[in-house]
Amino acid sequence: MSERKFGFETRSLHAGHIPDAETGARAVPIYQTTSYVFRDPRDAAQLFELKQYGNIYTRISNPTTAVFEERVASLENATGAVAVASGMAAQFAVFMTLLSPGDEIVASSHLYGGTMVQLAHTLKKLSIQARFVEPGDLSAWEAAITPRTRALYGEIIGNPGGSILDLEPLSRLAKSRGIPLIVDGTFATPYLCRPLDWGATIVVHSATKFIGGHGTSLGGVVAESGNFNYSGFPSIADPSPSYHGLRFFDTFGHYAFLMKLRAETVRDTGACISPANSFQLIQGLETLSVRMEKHTSNALAVARHLSEHPKVARVRYAGLPDHPDHERAKKYLPKGPGAVFAFDLKTRPGEERSTGEKFIKALQLFSHLANVGDARSLVIHPASTTHQQLSDDELKQSGIGPEMIRLSIGLENVEDLLWDLNQALHAASV
Amino acid sequence: MGLEPSASCGIGLNTALTPEQRERYQNEDVIRGLLTSCRTIAIVGLSSDPQKASYFVASYLQYAGYRIIPVTPRSGEILGCPSYPTLAAVPEKIDLVDVFRPAGEVSGLVDQAVAVGAKAIWTQLRIVDFAAADKALAAGLKVVMDKCVKMEHGRYHGGLHSAGMNTEILSARRSRLPGEKE
Repeated sequence: MSERKFGFETRSLHAGHIPDAETGARAVPIYQTTSYVFRDPRDAAQLFELKQYGNIYTRISNPTTAVFEERVASLENATGAVAVASGMAAQFAVFMTLLSPGDEIVASSHLYGGTMVQLAHTLKKLSIQARFVEPGDLSAWEAAITPRTRALYGEIIGNPGGSILDLEPLSRLAKSRGIPLIVDGTFATPYLCRPLDWGATIVVHSATKFIGGHGTSLGGVVAESGNFNYSGFPSIADPSPSYHGLRFFDTFGHYAFLMKLRAETVRDTGACISPANSFQLIQGLETLSVRMEKHTSNALAVARHLSEHPKVARVRYAGLPDHPDHERAKKYLPKGPGAVFAFDLKTRPGEERSTGEKFIKALQLFSHLANVGDARSLVIHPASTTHQQLSDDELKQSGIGPEMIRLSIGLENVEDLLWDLNQALHAASV
Repeated sequence: MGLEPSASCGIGLNTALTPEQRERYQNEDVIRGLLTSCRTIAIVGLSSDPQKASYFVASYLQYAGYRIIPVTPRSGEILGCPSYPTLAAVPEKIDLVDVFRPAGEVSGLVDQAVAVGAKAIWTQLRIVDFAAADKALAAGLKVVMDKCVKMEHGRYHGGLHSAGMNTEILSARRSRLPGEKE
């Protein structure tokens, strides 16, 4: 039968799930099981030696999770994917798979606060050093790379300032140094931007956000291009002591990185996803395209409205022409740069924080919580919450001031959202 | 999943071949046909080292029910099967010749495969020789190039999917039980 390149929407509904022969169940069944009965002792041994494909234990793989994984892989144009417990677990699994003590990583300074802390402090405990650079400054990336640098890392849409990662030159730089570019695609989802198409090697997501889309379930996922040469990465190319000297890159070729990540890193660190969560995230993927259309159109309307509001000093949404990365957003995210952005309140000196508090308290529809990518609109004050682990210097480097408010625009009637913001801005200024 | 026809995404990951070349040297119908019709697979360059890719492929295929014949200069048995130094030395009919040798050896192996009356020749990932492949096609052999037999078998039997890999297969039709008619 002829091959057809099915569209994104079709793949978001069908990829990774063919109705099974026994039941024909149309929805993806939830395989709520810890373990799987072997066919015979030889089957068991072959599975443990990775010589057979199949399930052993849900910490390593699960049939419901496999649907989520293949579907994400398909949507990202990736060779495969591994799902884990959360976005933080996903990026940590990537670092643990790639890096060895003494290695370095160069990362954008425009990152989620938790990621900055994981890079700067948690990895330090493992003798891995992170260097942070201003993401728009290509020469800064180049200058920060040393012979020990093993990866570049950035968020496609920076949290919370909305900077856009310049994927093309960065992936060229990474390629020229023989190291992978790792991109956090959380705020974009594969519907708005597919970093692998621009030359990145690895994409990570907090699937908790727009992929799940309803604020019900945590999950993370790693997708990989399958076209990176890991022969220079001892952690992937060298014989594995826990698999009788198996050389993952020699044996699995373009699946080596993901096999290593699943069969060693996730197996050994245990941050697996629950099958029930995978099911919820699959439901999210099925409507991803229509939700992201609405999220981004609502976000643009809200950003435009705020940018013209007299109580607002500045809106940091790359969908607006005055954002420094507006042209880059048009290039990499032509459908719109997502639905999470920050804005600065106009305040009197010394009242930045109290004005922000008044504003958040006055909101009726926006939920004040620490998440993004819910179907509902959300609000938070980054300096005191999501980025509070950062020092004052780090906050400044990330462009986060006390007057900054972060919004995640949901699927509500946009006029209602504008009404709510107007009344809260009014309340905050009295 | 089974081997019944279904549409695929066809995004052509992980190959250096162009879409036209893929149609000729990685044709899906040819691959499915070979996996279904071949029973005896001679594996040229099969290693006796259990951690080598060729050994992984051979043990997988053996467990999946194929008869494997190691072809390697070293005498002895691999996976319980006696090995032979050349295809010509194999004392039985060979359906498929699976190649784990450098591209420079493929042309000679095509000649041997034709001589022993093999149905098809298949070169593993990154083993590409277009002239040799065309020679095999001209001699009436089926040809698959720059693909892994294990991965392709896994693609159509659910194994690859269970490892979170992108099979590029899409279908809303119910899978068939073994032996079940359409």
